[in-house]
Amino acid sequence: MNTLILISVLPIVLLYLGLYKAKNALLPVTVIGLLVAAGLAVAEWNSNAQPIYHDMMLFDRFAIAFSVITIVSTILIVLLSKGFFEKISEHVAEYYAIMLFSLAGIIVMVSYYNLTMLFIGIEIMSVSLYILAGIRKRDVASNEAALKYFLMGAFSTGFLLFGIALLYGASGSFNLAAIRDYTLSHPRNIDPMFYTGVLMIIVGLCFKLGAAPFHFWTPDVYEGSPSIITAFMSTVVKTAGIAAFLRLFSACFASIADFWMPVLLVITVVTLFIGNITALYQHSFKRMLAYSSISHAGYLLFAIVALGSGSANSVFMYATAYSIASIIAFGVLILIQQQTGSDDFESFNGLGKSNPFLAVVLTIAMLSLAGIPLTAGFIGKFFMFSGAVSRYHIGLVVVAVINAIISIYYYFKVIIAMYFRNTADRVALAVPGYFGFVLGLSALATILIGIFPGIISDLI
Amino acid sequence: MGNNITQTIQTVPLNHYILLSAIIFSIGVVGVLIRRNAIVVFMSVELMLNAVNLLLTAFSVYKGDASGQVFVFFVMALAAAEVAVGLAIIVMIYRNTHSTDINVLSRLKW
Repeated sequence: MNTLILISVLPIVLLYLGLYKAKNALLPVTVIGLLVAAGLAVAEWNSNAQPIYHDMMLFDRFAIAFSVITIVSTILIVLLSKGFFEKISEHVAEYYAIMLFSLAGIIVMVSYYNLTMLFIGIEIMSVSLYILAGIRKRDVASNEAALKYFLMGAFSTGFLLFGIALLYGASGSFNLAAIRDYTLSHPRNIDPMFYTGVLMIIVGLCFKLGAAPFHFWTPDVYEGSPSIITAFMSTVVKTAGIAAFLRLFSACFASIADFWMPVLLVITVVTLFIGNITALYQHSFKRMLAYSSISHAGYLLFAIVALGSGSANSVFMYATAYSIASIIAFGVLILIQQQTGSDDFESFNGLGKSNPFLAVVLTIAMLSLAGIPLTAGFIGKFFMFSGAVSRYHIGLVVVAVINAIISIYYYFKVIIAMYFRNTADRVALAVPGYFGFVLGLSALATILIGIFPGIISDLI
Repeated sequence: MGNNITQTIQTVPLNHYILLSAIIFSIGVVGVLIRRNAIVVFMSVELMLNAVNLLLTAFSVYKGDASGQVFVFFVMALAAAEVAVGLAIIVMIYRNTHSTDINVLSRLKW
């Protein structure tokens, strides 16, 4: 739990550093602080976790694993942001601080043991993100992204809260254990209010996760926000959203799965098709990544549809693979945007000749997102699908495999542009050392997990 | 005194509170979906949150459990934080477009 305390104090330290104009210290302090926070989380791995703070939080292995993956993704994204915020404004410390406040909310979201903390965690994360989406104050697209995100986020919070209120009305408590005991002790006569509450919570959380039919804000917000923030939203925030979803459903609602499972099954199938088919028609790489993130939300929901003891593990695998591959994609996108000022597929033409390193890492990332063997993405999909098959969701897996094949088309569009479409006037990009480190490390991790999945597959 | 308020609240049956909250919540949802002014949409969201507050308070009284009312304080505090950020975003947009109509914000489309 020291992790949460450290991540809450760190942004305040950063704000002071900004106040005293110590700009060069910001990035090292952030990275070191986050590494220490991850270390503190890992140190609690073997302790026997008990609910703490009057049963408000539970820092169990699930919470530790997801805290560490979100912290590590944040470190990689913060490293990519070197030199990015300076172009927007001179108040750089605030951006790092808000990002870390958002991370503090995320840590709460993955380790809550009471619906109060779920709500508080989601709000801390969302309010910070509304600001981050709009940090380009003069840019109308960024403004629009911030407003859309804010209105949709607040709207979905309303649904989540109404759901929580109904659960409280039926079970008389916000505590996860008490709600589970309520479902177990009233197997036949659960209050209809309780069911309505579960549906409202599904609506609220699907909004946050960007699952269809509640996905319509995602592409606009992801396209309008600055690329670094989009990277943060589509990796760390999505991981936290699915972790919070899974924690609630596996802890409380496992015994009434017959009721909500068909609903989530439909949501999953619709999400997969909408995400993948709309992604086919995109001309902008960034917008394509936004739609692909919708389809990945669909794959992540597999674990909840096929809820079982292995769910946490497969979500962890999938989220890890997806996060590191997306970070590579956004890292390369930021470099391309800085050079060409555009994020269309055409701006990738000839990258294979001018920058072989960037082209190779981006190819690895695309293969991983498409789920080609020997990459982490394949292992993630394998775990998800085998979990679904073990629960006899054969039809769902068939649909998912069709979608995986569709997705290969648009992921390979980038690879084709890089290697087979040459432009004469392509100048080699200068890759800063930070970028080289992050991209190389992520690509290496993608391959390593793909070949030796045992490193992280049995953790939780 | 406190006992009195609890008894007064309980003179109305619980179902009526649930119905009232559901109606207010629905008005909020419809407001978000059909109004085009960002500030009115924002007010509708607040209406949704206040419907939840009312519901939580009513449940809390009927269950004789204080945690529902504590939750209401959290909702109020976080709604205030949201208002601060949300109004700042709306002001920022007004400076750039001289309008708070959400229809002018359609630069990003399918």
